[in-house]
Amino acid sequence: MSDHKTMTLTLIVWRQKNASDPGKFETYTAKNITEHHSFLEMLDCVNEDLILEGREPIVFDHDCREGICGMCSQVINGAPHGGQVRTTVCQLHMRKFKDGDTIYIEPWRARAFPIIKDLIVDRSALDTIIQAGGYTSCHTGGVADGNAILIPKPVADEAMDAAECIGCGACVAGCPNGAAMLFTGAKVSQLSILPQGKTEAAARVTAMTKAMAECGFGNCTNHYECQAACPKGINVKFIARMNREFLKAQFA
Amino acid sequence: MILDGKCPTGPIEQTWDKHRFDLKLVNPANKRKYNVIVVGTGLAGGAAAASLGELGYNVQAFCYQDSPRRAHSIAAQGGINAAKAYPNDGDSIYRLFYDTIKGGDFRAREADVWRLAQVSNNIIDQCVAQGIPFARDYAGYLDNRSFGGAQVSRTFYARGQTGQQLLLGAYSALSRQIKAGTVKMYNRREMLDLVVVDGVARGITVRNLVTGELESYAADAVCLCTGGYVNVFYLSTNAMGCSVTASWKAHKKGALFANPCYTQIHPTCIPQAGDYQSKLTLMSESLRNDGRCWAPKKKGDTRPPNQIPEEDRDYYLERKYPSFGNLAPRDIASRAAKEQCDEGRGVGPGGRGVYLDFAASIKRLSEDTIRERYGNLFEMYEKITDENAYKSPMRIYPAPHYSMGGLWVDYNLMSNVPGLFVLGEANFSVHGANRLGASALMQGLADGYFVIPYTIGGYLATIKPGQVKEDHAEFKKSAEDVNKNVNKLLSINGKRTVTDFMRELGTMMWENCGMARTKESLEANIKKIPALREEFWKNVKVTGSGADLNQQLENAGRTADFLEFAELLCRDALHRNESCGGHFRSEYQYDDGEAKRDDVNFCYVGAWEFKGVGAEPELHKEPLKFENVHLAVRSYK
Repeated sequence: MSDHKTMTLTLIVWRQKNASDPGKFETYTAKNITEHHSFLEMLDCVNEDLILEGREPIVFDHDCREGICGMCSQVINGAPHGGQVRTTVCQLHMRKFKDGDTIYIEPWRARAFPIIKDLIVDRSALDTIIQAGGYTSCHTGGVADGNAILIPKPVADEAMDAAECIGCGACVAGCPNGAAMLFTGAKVSQLSILPQGKTEAAARVTAMTKAMAECGFGNCTNHYECQAACPKGINVKFIARMNREFLKAQFA
Repeated sequence: MILDGKCPTGPIEQTWDKHRFDLKLVNPANKRKYNVIVVGTGLAGGAAAASLGELGYNVQAFCYQDSPRRAHSIAAQGGINAAKAYPNDGDSIYRLFYDTIKGGDFRAREADVWRLAQVSNNIIDQCVAQGIPFARDYAGYLDNRSFGGAQVSRTFYARGQTGQQLLLGAYSALSRQIKAGTVKMYNRREMLDLVVVDGVARGITVRNLVTGELESYAADAVCLCTGGYVNVFYLSTNAMGCSVTASWKAHKKGALFANPCYTQIHPTCIPQAGDYQSKLTLMSESLRNDGRCWAPKKKGDTRPPNQIPEEDRDYYLERKYPSFGNLAPRDIASRAAKEQCDEGRGVGPGGRGVYLDFAASIKRLSEDTIRERYGNLFEMYEKITDENAYKSPMRIYPAPHYSMGGLWVDYNLMSNVPGLFVLGEANFSVHGANRLGASALMQGLADGYFVIPYTIGGYLATIKPGQVKEDHAEFKKSAEDVNKNVNKLLSINGKRTVTDFMRELGTMMWENCGMARTKESLEANIKKIPALREEFWKNVKVTGSGADLNQQLENAGRTADFLEFAELLCRDALHRNESCGGHFRSEYQYDDGEAKRDDVNFCYVGAWEFKGVGAEPELHKEPLKFENVHLAVRSYK
């Protein structure tokens, strides 16, 4: 590790009191930030200063700070999660910025994600999509031995590639249409690839795509911004797979 | 009072089957008349809510996050154990039971641990049926790897994201029940009180974190599945929102708190880099399958690792514990790392680190194989440290990770407050004084999928449903108390931030009650904590309002609870004049530095009864009997 050198940054942050407030950008200064600070730790420092001044800190969603829970959600300089390849905001480090930088920070923007406050949006529409069919209908107990159905390694690996989705919604925020196709495609694919999920594949893809439209998400027009924004590198091929599953279901 | 764990007797192999048969049943048609509250929707809570909903009970589930999919179980990386014995290497339910009892330093209940080992196999089958993409070999069979504290390969895994995949499995099962209407899910709610009527748990008071409104929910039983409390150390591997609040509120309403001093310090975390730091990140223990721990032999050796020749390196775990080597259990590996650093041979900033070196494995297996096994962990390491661990060894240091203590429960997972059940990390039951790797996921899912669905029925069958409703005076009183507390926090308007207090408490806890504790250090803490608590209630600054989304207010409430709980943790550590597992009292050690247990005087669960803030709590003991695994000095040499 190199020596700590400190930076001063200008932050232009979206502040919005609640869903009905029009909201506006406000400017803050982040001082004494080192290259080892994570982006959220930088915001923590700004918030400590705000609190001591008696002003309300910036609220943002975050929890595990390990890049896995999918709770953090900020658009930084126009890019969900800050635009570094395969990185959530909580894993973005200040070494990617330099002294004197101006940084724009906004919440996820999508019709299906209403703003709750400042940088926090309501992503419960993603839960609604999963509730529509993102599961296998197995009961607790009474299932077969885990090795009773063999699954070739490449198949298990491909299902795992899809299953890595953390449900943060960056794909929606990055998409010009506000589509949730990468999120939905990942779950549909994971379960349709595996033998355990195949029997319900047609009903699942039909129900989940319907829920997607009802929640107000847009459609995919092949911009691939979702893949670029995804902190887990989920591939757009899973959207193609979902489309295939959807077509198959129409003829089943 | 001598506590009764209500463990079944007879041959250990038959205890769970016999007990299951003896439990009363609720008629399927009557199940919908019962309301059950589940607080927390991680592995234990998600699995419990899904399973109970599926059985036909009316379930109300609560989490503080925006979705149950965010629970911190998601961050577990390495794997989940089961006694399937697929690799043909000598595993069995009995061996998993044996390893867990011994690993826990003989401070867990035999019957509970047996049940855990027995149902472990069902868990894997259940998860496979849910479509969890566990690692497979080329023939299509489930793959296994090893974890600390075991000499067999019994750990099932899904890349480095096993916790994520298991949690998403439970979340899917839960989602299915939410859709079916058997579970009503309440997101962004924090439980701030347990409502007890005539000594029986009847519901909870929660704060709606978006609107600030206090809400009352009544039920026939309450299940707390709210995880652990190691954020009491401020820096830990837990998520930012993990707190002791739900458990502590239940404790203040009469639930006994067992073994709070058993906190696990995980040996393989990324070392702290600066004061601004908000959390520590774990590197999965599975890395020790292929990574070798070493420190320079010479004190203050500042050469880069690749310039330190073999003869100047001390592979201390392989040297000290030849039969387990780098896979020694977590408490042993943590203390060994601390020892290297205390002797002045630590590496990295401040000398608080040791190397975890993959060079030998990369040479033997290729970089691609290592990438295949642990790629995401290497990526994570690089993001945080800006270092490439394929080229130079990782630097690791122990960090607070998991609480083995928790609310006291009997064999049915019911606390001493009737109607209050506690599952997963929030209870104290199966880990003893040290949790072996890949057993937290196992416990969470065992409790949620395969224990509570049976045992809660045994309780509900004995009570009439719907005896108490939300209009009961106790609900009103509870909400008033919570409201008073909220208003008090907002009115102080002092000079120090919540984080500032939490950081001071955490530092005090880590230094005086961390990896090593002494009578003096604990007594110092017990004196200092009440003073800090007093200052908090006079000088904390919480901005904003209670009728709004207010994260500072949330943190203030959690910190206030940690300030009370920390004292109990230290008192428990002080009374336990022995070293066992994660509880290491420097006065009690063998000449070679190994922990010295005292089975004559301390072979019991220490369960504390709340007597008021600042008042000395009362200790109750549940004696532990070891009839199947005989008490012996724990050796990994």
